[in-house]
Amino acid sequence: MSTVSFSVSVQEADFDLGAEMAGLAAGRRDVGAMASFVGLVRDANEGSGVSAMTLEHYPGMTERALEEIVAEAGTRWSLLAVRVIHRVGRLEPADRIVFVGVAGAHRGEAFAACEFIMDYLKTRAPFWKREDTAQGSRWVDARDSDDSAAARWSEAGDDWDEIEQRR
Amino acid sequence: MNVKILYFASLREAVGQASEELALPEGVASVGALRAHLAARGAGWDVLAGGRNVRAAVNQRMATADEVVQEGDEVAFFPPVTGG
Repeated sequence: MSTVSFSVSVQEADFDLGAEMAGLAAGRRDVGAMASFVGLVRDANEGSGVSAMTLEHYPGMTERALEEIVAEAGTRWSLLAVRVIHRVGRLEPADRIVFVGVAGAHRGEAFAACEFIMDYLKTRAPFWKREDTAQGSRWVDARDSDDSAAARWSEAGDDWDEIEQRR
Repeated sequence: MNVKILYFASLREAVGQASEELALPEGVASVGALRAHLAARGAGWDVLAGGRNVRAAVNQRMATADEVVQEGDEVAFFPPVTGG
C-alpha cells in the first residue's frame, strides 16, 4: 500500500525547483514518472511592456481551493505525490509565479494531472494579477481561453461558478 | 441577520473598501439578492450591477446567485480570477 502525499503552499518567497522536484519522489520507490509546470512573469502582456506585477489573493479560500483542485486530480488519476506552490505579492519579469509537480507510476497520469491542475487553478483559485506598465498599473483581465481550457475536463461544462442575475 | 462581506482586486478598489459587517434588510437572503442590494448603493457600487462579470464565494467556497446567505456567513465578491 503506497502513501499519497499532496501539499499546497501560498507564499511570497521563491522556491527551489530542483528541491521541489526531488521532494516528490524522496524516500519512495514506487514513482516512475514526474511531470511539472512552472509559470513565470513575462516582460510583456497585451502589447505593453510589463515592469512588475502584484498578485493579490483571498487568504484562507486560496489554500482551500488549491487543496480541493489537487484532491479532485487525485480522484481522477492514480497519483503518488502532488506539490503546488503559488507566489503572491510583488514579482518581476523572469520571477517564478507558480509550480505544479506531479508524481505517479506512469507518465500518462502525471502529464494529465499536471495540466488539469493548472487549468483548474487558472479559473478557480482566487488570485488576481495587477501589472505595472509604461501606461500605468492595470488589473489583468481573465481570458475566455482559460475557461474553455478548464471546461475540457468536464463534459457538463464549467458554469458552476458563474453568478447569474435572475430578474 | 449579520454577515461579513469581503471585496477583492478591482472590485475592492471600485467600492473603496476591503470588508464590512452588514445587517441585511428583510428579504435579502441570497448571494444574488445581496449583490443587487449592494449595487443599488450608488457611485462605485455599480461594478456589482447585473451584467457585470462578478464572482462570489460564501464561507470561502465559490457560490452561485441563488445560494442562501445565513447569519454569520462570510460572503466575498470579486472579478474572475487571474492566477497561474
